[in-house]
Amino acid sequence: MTMALDQQPKRQFKYVGTRPPRPDGIDKVTGRAQYGNDLVAPGMLWAKILRSPHAHAKIVSIDTSAAEALAGVKAVVTARDFPAIEGDAGMRDVQLNCMADTHVWYEGHAVAAVAATSDALARQAVKLIRVVYEILPHVTDVDAAMAPNAPLVREGQAMENVPAGMSANVTYTSEFGHGDLTSGFAKADLVIERVFKTAATHQGYIEPHACLASMSSDGRGELWTCTQGHFYFRTACAAILGIEASGLRVTASEIGGGFGGKTQVWAEPVALALAKKSGKPVKLTMTRDEVFRGTGPTVTTSMTCKIGMTKAGRITAGEATLRYSGGAYHTGTCDMGAMAGFAAYDLDVVRTYGWNVLTNRPKEIAYRAPGAPQAIYAVESTIDELCQKLNLDPLDVRILNAARKGTKSSYGVVFEDIGLLEALHAAKTHPHWTTPVAPGTSRGIACGFWFNFGGNTCVSLNIGTDGTVSVSEGNPDIGGSRASIALMAAEELGVPYETVRVVIADTASLGYNDNTDGSRVTFAVGLATIKAAIAAKTNMMARAAQVWGIDPEAVEWVDGAACPAGPNAGKFPPMTLAEIAANSFSTGGPIAGHCDFQADGAGVSFGVHIADVKMDMETGKTELLRYTVFQDAGKAVHPDYVEGQMQGGAVQGIGMALNEEYIYSDKGTILNAGFLDYRIPVASDLPMIEAVILEIPNPGHPYGVRGVGETPICPPLATMANAISRGIGARLYELPMSPPRVLKAIKGA
Amino acid sequence: MRYARPETSTEASRLLATEPGLARVLAGGTDLLVQLKAGMTEPDLIVDIKGLPGIAGITREAGGFRIGAAVPNQAMGEDKALVAAWPGVVEAASLIGSTQVQGRATIIGNLCNASPAGDSVPALAAADAVARISGPNGERDVPALDVAVSPGKTRLAKGEFVTSIFLPARPANSGDAYLRFIPRTEMDIAVCSAGVNLVLDASGTITAARVALGAVAPVVLLVEAAAAAIIGSKLDDAALARLAKAAEAACRPISDKRGTIEFRTEVAGVLARRAATIAYARARAAK
Amino acid sequence: MSAIAVTTTVNGDPVQFLTDPGETLLDVLRYKLNLMGAKEGCGTGDCGSCTVTLNGRIVCSCLVLGAEVDGAEIGTIEGLADGPNLHPLQQAFIDHAALQCGICTPGILVASKTLLDRNPDPSEEEIRYWLAGNLCRCTGYDKIIRAVQAAAATMRGA
Repeated sequence: MTMALDQQPKRQFKYVGTRPPRPDGIDKVTGRAQYGNDLVAPGMLWAKILRSPHAHAKIVSIDTSAAEALAGVKAVVTARDFPAIEGDAGMRDVQLNCMADTHVWYEGHAVAAVAATSDALARQAVKLIRVVYEILPHVTDVDAAMAPNAPLVREGQAMENVPAGMSANVTYTSEFGHGDLTSGFAKADLVIERVFKTAATHQGYIEPHACLASMSSDGRGELWTCTQGHFYFRTACAAILGIEASGLRVTASEIGGGFGGKTQVWAEPVALALAKKSGKPVKLTMTRDEVFRGTGPTVTTSMTCKIGMTKAGRITAGEATLRYSGGAYHTGTCDMGAMAGFAAYDLDVVRTYGWNVLTNRPKEIAYRAPGAPQAIYAVESTIDELCQKLNLDPLDVRILNAARKGTKSSYGVVFEDIGLLEALHAAKTHPHWTTPVAPGTSRGIACGFWFNFGGNTCVSLNIGTDGTVSVSEGNPDIGGSRASIALMAAEELGVPYETVRVVIADTASLGYNDNTDGSRVTFAVGLATIKAAIAAKTNMMARAAQVWGIDPEAVEWVDGAACPAGPNAGKFPPMTLAEIAANSFSTGGPIAGHCDFQADGAGVSFGVHIADVKMDMETGKTELLRYTVFQDAGKAVHPDYVEGQMQGGAVQGIGMALNEEYIYSDKGTILNAGFLDYRIPVASDLPMIEAVILEIPNPGHPYGVRGVGETPICPPLATMANAISRGIGARLYELPMSPPRVLKAIKGA
Repeated sequence: MRYARPETSTEASRLLATEPGLARVLAGGTDLLVQLKAGMTEPDLIVDIKGLPGIAGITREAGGFRIGAAVPNQAMGEDKALVAAWPGVVEAASLIGSTQVQGRATIIGNLCNASPAGDSVPALAAADAVARISGPNGERDVPALDVAVSPGKTRLAKGEFVTSIFLPARPANSGDAYLRFIPRTEMDIAVCSAGVNLVLDASGTITAARVALGAVAPVVLLVEAAAAAIIGSKLDDAALARLAKAAEAACRPISDKRGTIEFRTEVAGVLARRAATIAYARARAAK
Repeated sequence: MSAIAVTTTVNGDPVQFLTDPGETLLDVLRYKLNLMGAKEGCGTGDCGSCTVTLNGRIVCSCLVLGAEVDGAEIGTIEGLADGPNLHPLQQAFIDHAALQCGICTPGILVASKTLLDRNPDPSEEEIRYWLAGNLCRCTGYDKIIRAVQAAAATMRGA
């Protein structure tokens, strides 16, 4: 894997930037690691959820008596067991999504749950629950749902800024941008306006949601679950159950994939309610079918994109209307798309209009850069079509228009140091681009962007008397972050990586930590770890000063040891961390550093992807021959894991581009709720994915770190669309580009 | 639900015939267990036939091959003589599912599952394979093509089960091939498929042909018009074009989550052409 | 339902258990034998995270009934290492960062070992097709394939 050359001056790191083995590696390769479904407890019950078979219905009645009477059933819950949340519409929506109250809004919406002494009995009991539904009209297509006479999904969800006269399914609208559209488009030699559609897709983590819950009559509970944010889960479960958060301790298991899809609760409040009612521990695991029908996919979208370009390739104006639907609940994800769509470009005139529309689909939850891949697909495809029609090199056009330091983005922020141009130049000089396109194949290129977030972070760093270091942090590790955090702690303290152990602590052990999402952990938790290490060093230097009888200000930390400085330099041999630690009980007691703060200063991360494909013109099938990912990581703390994010995110985007989609029947039910017909890429579908890391340091982080996890899913949709469209000689405007769609385009061309 | 593992064919037939409720045969289990878990079938009795004598073997018979009902597809690919004689049948069997499924799934289970898209069936039909059925009244043989009568339904009577499949001796100058269309490279159910078996004379002219199409009708189709389109030719471009047209004309598929009517019809023609080309090359290379 | 007594060998150790007719081998491994390494990702044989060996062939344990394995030999991820010593495949996966969340890893390791037992020098294409039934959502497969290639080289003494 190559590290591209760029012109930035580099700090010399000792540990950061190396590739040591990850601390959870042995557990995971031996099967010892414990995931959400791997814990059992004495007296444990097995839970099962009953879900709506209808896309939209009023619940007339629920009769649980037959289920309750079945021998072995210890508890049954419905919405009656969850006191309705008031004063927090967002959390009330989460509560309703965990257990429907008066209506079901999508096929798969939970309506009841049982806990029984075996999995087989729980499944049997669920079938005995009698629900009477009054079926209502449904709508699953975003454009159809926006029409004035569309079937009504839910009333009263619209924000104030929605214009009068629109369907009540429209909940939100937004506008970002600057410049005058009319004059901007007038300057163009060619203006193209296209409509794009994308299907809902699922994160596709291989581990279904699973938890083990127990709750005693005094309101104290324990929850073990696979989650991206156990602190948020505690807050949410407490609110949904109407209990004190302090009584609930949540422990994050190892997690078998999340990608944003495990930042919300579904099973957990239900399992806790069953545990409370039965007085026993309750295991609740979703089946794969339930994961598709009952958890949170992406939005489904319909987008209009209009871009004007001069003959020389300068973009004079860009305008996008993003019609997004995140299911039957309001979501502001269209704003994410609006902000990311044009972010790679320095534009005098840009405008995005976002719309959110309700449909009878499951409640959207984050999936890696939520909302961005779709909008970027529309923009990057339109730019590519302009390049084709104007006979311009698509990479040179990106370079000509690229956002750079000082560019005002479409959402108002002015970029500081960013790495887009470096990524574009790395692409331009890379053998993948310089190798001529082989006959019978075609090539596509696209850019992508995602923000990073900072947020609430709390880390405790403890120095053991044996000289080892223990870091307690509160963010589940979904990509190798424990290794990166250990590297940063090792770097800051000047001690070997192997002496640092990172533990993900439970909710009772630390202050609040925001979710593992938003590409924030390496940045924010890393920053907190550095600050905690600095606090520990200050403490240790004071201990050394005490031993030496000098002023603590006159001590510095060099290469893992306290050294006398200033007038005392050289007077005493350095005291290593291990020596200070061993002596700590004589100098004042245990040594630790702590950091709790809201991290700020997160950078943004740009990427560029190139794909070569071979199209079967008789069947519409795409063969992916070569794929390269370029991305600015700021500083790659552990390059293996940065590459892993780039490769994994790219392949998810490739899946979205080629075959992944929620397929709906005309009854609004999902036809492909399994891995057989929800087609994620398999090993034989792909070539090696080359990852080229650029490092343009983020000024907001002491090591220059940028979050990298989400950007890689943004470019592939258009990268593949551009490669395929060029290959078949016809443009595709709908994802996924499954073979029947591609063949239809070939025949129509 | 009960589970039984009989040790003789007679006992297996008896269990199947006398079960008052629903009895299902278990060999590889890769269809049955999926259906069980989906609630699509609720058998009262599962009859595991893997313990029957000879059921897991491939034997030579009259120059051909008799493949037992418990032979996993992966084992078919390991039998060099079978691969050499019937590469099309073996490649069809080898395409069914992942390596893990290959370790369990059987060609006969695939046949008896009676899915319109089952990969083994077009190849078996093109090969003119024969299923041997064991039942309360003894044994009988039925062409593989005729086992399925409609999606999910076979012509097996209560108490009957298939014990083996017979692939005849391969004539000189002949070859077979099987192709399917799937959107990925693996792991998908066939959207449409074609199995072709050709016999040539010494000059390379096609003297006999069987062209079978899958996933384009409720059952696999043996398209005589497609065979007629190429018999007497050396599979030149005109013959291939006639073949594709005849294949398309025979299709009566549905539109579903895996493909549209138009797509299945068109690609069935493409696959028939491509499978015939491979079968022809194999026939020319054969001794 | 009446329970069925099964005698089998798991990772070389003799094992006996009672199973209901409808219970899968995966259920038995996890909840009767406490071998949690095999995972249920889909329950329908589409993801491979429940992969074990059954008489030397890799199978999806979610598609095998517990009752079917009487007299058989089963191999799980827990049997891959030799006591505390990792198998070269396991070491290669750590060395080459071939896992992120790790949920697919046990299945992929069991599947890869069986491949290398049969074919000590597989091509990239052969590895990819052998592992097509093992879904991974985190890595994009690149580092997994490289790790299998590296382990194969180590095991060949290359």
